[in-house]
Amino acid sequence: MTQTMEGRQSAQDARSSDEEPILKARSLSRSFQGFKAVDDLSLDLHEGEIMGLIGPNGAGKTTMFNMLAGSLLPTSGTIHLKGQDISREGAEKRLRRGLGRTFQIPRPFPEMTVLENVLCGAQGQSGEKAISAFFRPARSRRDEALALEKARHLTDFLMLSHLENEKARVLSGGQRKLLELARILMADPKVILLDEPAAGVNPTLLQDIMARIVTLNEQGVTILLIEHNMDMVARLCSRVMVMALGQKLAEGAPDVVIRDPEVVRAYLGDAA
Amino acid sequence: MTLQPLMDGLVNGSIIGLGAIGVTLTYSILRFANFAHGELLSWGAYLALTVSAALGALLPGLGTPIGPFSFGWSVPIAMIASMFLTGLVALTVDWLLFGRLRNAGSAQIILVMSSFGAALALRNLLEFIYTSSPAYFTTALQISRPVLPGLRATPDQLLVLVLAVVMVVAVHLLLTRSAAGRSMRAVSENPALASLAGIDTRAVIRMVWMLGAALAAVGGIMSGVVVQIRPTMGLDLLLPLFAASILGGIGSVPGAMLAGLMVGLAEAFTVQIIGAEWRAAVSFVILVAMLLLRPQGIFGKAAA
Amino acid sequence: MIDLLSYGAFFLTMALTYAVICLGLNLQWGQTGLFNVGVAGFVAVGAYVSSILTTPAIDGRLGGFDLPIVIGWLGGGLGAGFLCFLLGALTLRLRSDYLAIATFGAAVVIQLALLNLEGITGGPFGIGFIPRPFGTLAEQPGLFAAANLAVLIVLVLVCYLALQHLTRSPWGRVLRALREDEEAAKALGKDPVTYRLQAFAIGGFVMGLGGAAQAHFIGFIAPDNYLPTLTFQVWTMLIVGGSGNMRGAILGAILVWAIWALSGSLVASVFPPDQQARAASLQIVLIGVALCLVLLLRPYGILGEAGTLRAPLRRALRRTPNSLSEGQKTNV
Repeated sequence: MTQTMEGRQSAQDARSSDEEPILKARSLSRSFQGFKAVDDLSLDLHEGEIMGLIGPNGAGKTTMFNMLAGSLLPTSGTIHLKGQDISREGAEKRLRRGLGRTFQIPRPFPEMTVLENVLCGAQGQSGEKAISAFFRPARSRRDEALALEKARHLTDFLMLSHLENEKARVLSGGQRKLLELARILMADPKVILLDEPAAGVNPTLLQDIMARIVTLNEQGVTILLIEHNMDMVARLCSRVMVMALGQKLAEGAPDVVIRDPEVVRAYLGDAA
Repeated sequence: MTLQPLMDGLVNGSIIGLGAIGVTLTYSILRFANFAHGELLSWGAYLALTVSAALGALLPGLGTPIGPFSFGWSVPIAMIASMFLTGLVALTVDWLLFGRLRNAGSAQIILVMSSFGAALALRNLLEFIYTSSPAYFTTALQISRPVLPGLRATPDQLLVLVLAVVMVVAVHLLLTRSAAGRSMRAVSENPALASLAGIDTRAVIRMVWMLGAALAAVGGIMSGVVVQIRPTMGLDLLLPLFAASILGGIGSVPGAMLAGLMVGLAEAFTVQIIGAEWRAAVSFVILVAMLLLRPQGIFGKAAA
Repeated sequence: MIDLLSYGAFFLTMALTYAVICLGLNLQWGQTGLFNVGVAGFVAVGAYVSSILTTPAIDGRLGGFDLPIVIGWLGGGLGAGFLCFLLGALTLRLRSDYLAIATFGAAVVIQLALLNLEGITGGPFGIGFIPRPFGTLAEQPGLFAAANLAVLIVLVLVCYLALQHLTRSPWGRVLRALREDEEAAKALGKDPVTYRLQAFAIGGFVMGLGGAAQAHFIGFIAPDNYLPTLTFQVWTMLIVGGSGNMRGAILGAILVWAIWALSGSLVASVFPPDQQARAASLQIVLIGVALCLVLLLRPYGILGEAGTLRAPLRRALRRTPNSLSEGQKTNV
């Protein structure tokens, strides 16, 4: 719990500064065959914070994520990362700039082992070039050895060590969530978009995942989090944005926002 | 420089255009590049040849040439029959092969691959039945007459042009004015939404095959009337068909026809200027240029 | 006895040239999922480039440069690989079947070029007097056949090991990741187009190498050797062997070549000469139907046990066309 408080505190500092947000989205819209999933939405993510993105099902959170991560191009609007316009870049380029994401439903490579899955997250591996894969110069062997060491460290950090030689398809839902996290951490992203990291995870594992997220944040990683578990949001995030029907409903400190009558209506309305 | 290639190009372009309409419809509605579509042109031509020969044998009067044309009433009658029979061939292949793969949820590329196998089987079946030597609807010779200064055409060629225009207008009206056409366009835009809206996707698929095959049959017969009938005619036309459907923008019927005419004209002028031996390369050059410059085609919408 | 042995050696050598081509196609299709309909064209490029480089100088035609056979083979491979690279660069960013259409067109144009560029390719008569490996042994047929067979066995082994080496490297790991889940691989910074392009070009290189080896083994080449039927034969070999499986590709090549050769001689002995062309077309009908049947019933090959690479291919190929097109929409 103290860890969480620290996490919130450091994020508060980041927010109070006037510096340019690390991730800045302006007037993003995306429609699917006439249906506006996200409608003119802007978002600032400040370096060092953990921000929550919440809202009822169908609010457009995942569409927003896909646009920020580059899996989906916006119909209109712009996205800047560290001041650079990345609006038209694909997911692979954004990752190389330090913006990573996980998927709501984990997408491990099922026929590869856990370790191989994690190794796939490594960036700038010289052995991933066809020519050096063929001749295996000292450099690519060294890269691979370093990557292996880091991958082992990450599987350890995320409690997957005992599974490292298992095919990813045998993992449980919670383990898949951890594997996704390990894979993306391999790339050392500066900003991570986490799509429901706790969905379908048992309570013990949930505490562990939360502790890992806090540790990451302390190490300087900025995090944007989609989550339905309000307790988790309240404990991790310094700031939340509430979305409904593709638009911003409210933004602010979690405990304030959750009591906002409009937000309550949006949630109850969705339930009714 | 004579204008003659203009006539040859328009005639050949009409044939390519009719075939390309089928390719573009299958591509936009069934969502795969059908390598067997060329074979539907060959089958159309051979089926018409068979029907026409049978009619000629039964009722010799049908063989006497109509007016200025090289063929008798047996050919137009055979054409109607062949449009229907070629449709049945297409439906049979769909029932045996493509439909089953669709139902198994196969990837698009597996459908492409199977169409490649189907093309080989269909083509060689024709070669087995009719042998590889060329066949003709009639042996009557036609003399071309001047239409414009420097431009000569046979009555058959002019008929091909008129028929192509009639077919395209008919298909265009069918797709834009009839309920069946509207469901086809709906499926092409968004299959999931269309089936939610209560459109019978299977009926649409049958329509696509019947329509595509009937047009292919007409194209094949035209080619048989103005040139000759060979089992490999469909294979030779396949690249021009693909080039025209991409040039015209996948899914656009008027686009396919116009692009077909453009490919035909480009081929004719290449024959005139460079030489007949390079004719088959024209489509490839057009294809590469399109993929480089404007992959969505001239009449296609820019990708969303 | 000697006759039978040297026929056996001849047969096997020919089958192994197909095995090399088939290994190249396996990298493109089995490992990467790229549909190449122009195999015959790339094989032809390999064969012609190598022949022009190695034949003795002749009047009225480009070359020959009388270079060592090894240089010719490498040149043939590079020529075919470069062509694949160009076609891939042109189409891999677009819809997945544009590559199929473009390779089909390329094969048509290559066939035309072989026929018409007489100053380079020798036109319809092709190129003869292609030096054969161990040509000095030609006096002793048995030894010569054995030496040729040995060369091809070594070539197949080298290609097999090299490709195996590649697919087991970090590069191969990315290729597998892309095939298992393209969206997830992109989220990990892997650019699908780059990797597909590389795999397509390397596969083309191997195909060209196979074509070159075949040309030097037969000794003369002509445009008729590179008709679409060749493409179809190689595809049948790969599908029968089980795509994605290197050993399957080699085995499929030998098996299908055996069936092809046997049914060919059966046709020749059973049918009267004037009916043989028809019977041969029936042979192709049956194989076309067989290819479709395999796609319908056993899409992952008749032979070949549970190769680790086949399950992901199966999953990748089970994706419905709709979800595929949806995926494409999001990429553009």
